[in-house]
Amino acid sequence: MGKRVGMEVSIALAEAACQADVDVVAAYPITPQTHIVEHLSELVADGHLDAEFVPVESEHSAMSVCIGSSAAGARTFTSTSSQGLALMNEVVYIASSLRLPIVMVVSNRSLSAPLSIWNDHSDVMSVRDTGWIQVFAENGQEAYDHVFWAFRVGEDRRVLMPVMLHIDGFILSHMVEALEMVDKELVKKYLPAFQPIHRLHPDNPVTMGAFALPELYTEAKKAQDEALKASWPLILQGWEEWAQLTGRRYSPVETYRTEDAEAVLVTMGSMGETASEAADRMRARGEKVGVVKIRLWRPFPFEQVRKALGGARVAVVFDRCVSFGGPGGPVASEIRAALYGEAVRPKVVNFIGGLAGRDVSPQDFQNMVEEAVSRKEDRQEAYRIYGVRG
Amino acid sequence: MDERSRLEAERLDKENVMTEIKTYGPKNLPLEEHFAPGHRACQGCAEVLALRLALKALGKDTVVANATGCMEIVSTPLPTTSWVVPYIHVGFENAAAVCSGVEAGLKALMRKARLPKKLIHCVAVAGDGGTADIGMQALSGALERGHDMVYICLDNEAYMNTGIQRSSSTPYGAMTTTSPPGRLSFGQSTQKKNVAEIAAAHGIPYVATACPSYPWDLMKKVQKAALVEGPAYVHILSVCPTGWRSQPEESIELGKLAVASRVFPLYEVEDGRYKFVPKPPKQVPVVEYLKKQGRFRHLTDNMIEEIQRNVDEQFRRLEAKVRISLEAPQEPQE
Repeated sequence: MGKRVGMEVSIALAEAACQADVDVVAAYPITPQTHIVEHLSELVADGHLDAEFVPVESEHSAMSVCIGSSAAGARTFTSTSSQGLALMNEVVYIASSLRLPIVMVVSNRSLSAPLSIWNDHSDVMSVRDTGWIQVFAENGQEAYDHVFWAFRVGEDRRVLMPVMLHIDGFILSHMVEALEMVDKELVKKYLPAFQPIHRLHPDNPVTMGAFALPELYTEAKKAQDEALKASWPLILQGWEEWAQLTGRRYSPVETYRTEDAEAVLVTMGSMGETASEAADRMRARGEKVGVVKIRLWRPFPFEQVRKALGGARVAVVFDRCVSFGGPGGPVASEIRAALYGEAVRPKVVNFIGGLAGRDVSPQDFQNMVEEAVSRKEDRQEAYRIYGVRG
Repeated sequence: MDERSRLEAERLDKENVMTEIKTYGPKNLPLEEHFAPGHRACQGCAEVLALRLALKALGKDTVVANATGCMEIVSTPLPTTSWVVPYIHVGFENAAAVCSGVEAGLKALMRKARLPKKLIHCVAVAGDGGTADIGMQALSGALERGHDMVYICLDNEAYMNTGIQRSSSTPYGAMTTTSPPGRLSFGQSTQKKNVAEIAAAHGIPYVATACPSYPWDLMKKVQKAALVEGPAYVHILSVCPTGWRSQPEESIELGKLAVASRVFPLYEVEDGRYKFVPKPPKQVPVVEYLKKQGRFRHLTDNMIEEIQRNVDEQFRRLEAKVRISLEAPQEPQE
């Protein structure tokens, strides 16, 4: 049994990286990620963590340093948000293409303009197709646990993929929560040392980052896609072994009261708890409402989504980002793709909301469900931005 | 001799790499190649020659982080590579950052006893575009943070790989595909950015300029750069027959003329002190250097005079720095 503490989630994430004994941390300050790396630099300064803390001059260089250190075979950690993630976008793609198991916590935040520091998933969607394993934490405990999971899965020689751990900025990052920390022995048991297949070292020289002509590029990309999909069983195994050690069980898609649900709310991140509250309230009134929470964003859990939503009459997908001039909500677009081939499938209604920290209450979710049930239209472009003025 | 120099001396000895270069002679060159033949560089490319010499000076215990550019494109078409030493290419603007990451990673792993202790040179290699333009921020960051690494800029004075576009390192008056002479233009309208001076302004322990037309000098400087603890910067002028519209067989001669005309003086900045290394050769007029290159063909006599005046002025400033450095006390005095 681990130690139960009350701790700010950002601090807990830094403590987890410290417990994972990371070798290199490279990061640039950006709100609301700052507390994570501030605490890591303190841990290094006080000698609790033996790591190189590289205070880079930009996020682009943060990820570039991470690529260099991971390629040298060092366990590497970073964290960013929003504009920082957008700035490093180029190299985020390269980290996964070079198969470097960097772990990055993204404290999710809106993208400018207008400039805003508050939480939504606009930054997430800018890196949706970068080839990283991506997972959302719903609360502080999940966030803490997934740092170990991320290193364990990403560094597995059968995976070798970078992992992005998404936490909602402020809502999660700056929240003091009760959580259970694991002890040293457990970490040792769960997370073996990083043993890369190749590293940049004169004893066994390799060339990384060569260029490909059209004759080879397609094959390289197919291999990458297959490798990401092939990480699936190791992702599950990582969760299974964590459950055996801690009793805390995770899955790609989590369901809440969906057994006989006619309407199902679909969320990602910390909104899952608010949606669950809404479901409870509606259940209390006799309405059959459940919640599906997408935890694993990449590789996308198609089969689990189909299974979770198969019995519902309406799926109310709540997005926190706008895909302008396109499908509106990126999550709804994915859900729709997962369900398209099914003979019997729920009507999919897409709401976009909670942009840049705008509060979404249980009542809001209830309103969405009511509107969705009465809605005739079942086309993706009929998405609605919820709670907007004018 | 400190621990680091001792380790390095032992290694050089073991691999039959010269420890001190006194006399010029091909037989004195280390035989080992770290950049293999079979690359696709143009005929007469002095950049690839500089790279080959630099790697001979560095030896096999070297990791290279290369920016996108000519040297990357000529050396690594999948599934082949010309690199005998460990090599990584990530992007255009971030060779310095990637290199500092490699350095940090290896340092941490050695300190934590996950890797045996060994002196490994972490070297970033980039062109002038990847250094003076798009890579400037990452370079400045890495130099300021004090990583134990060498940054080598192979300066061929334009974006040759993408088809000879101007960079901030293109000299005044030069024709490139984006600084074409025309009715309203005389070619590049700005003066060449002096990145060696910018590097020196970071207060790093070692900065040098070099040219493969002076191969021994180049190798000595690269060795020195690798041996100092902390960041070192070596700026190497690399003649590019394709972009300069010069004769491939004249690349070495052209490099010598760049130095002799004082367009590209060779010097070192050690702990802030400037020194001409080697001694500047007898000055030749700038026109001797310019007339061998098609990129300056359009220049009028007046413009050549203007360039000569500017070269002289820049050299005087450099001389002043060298003079002040000689006057400055070598050690703090009682």
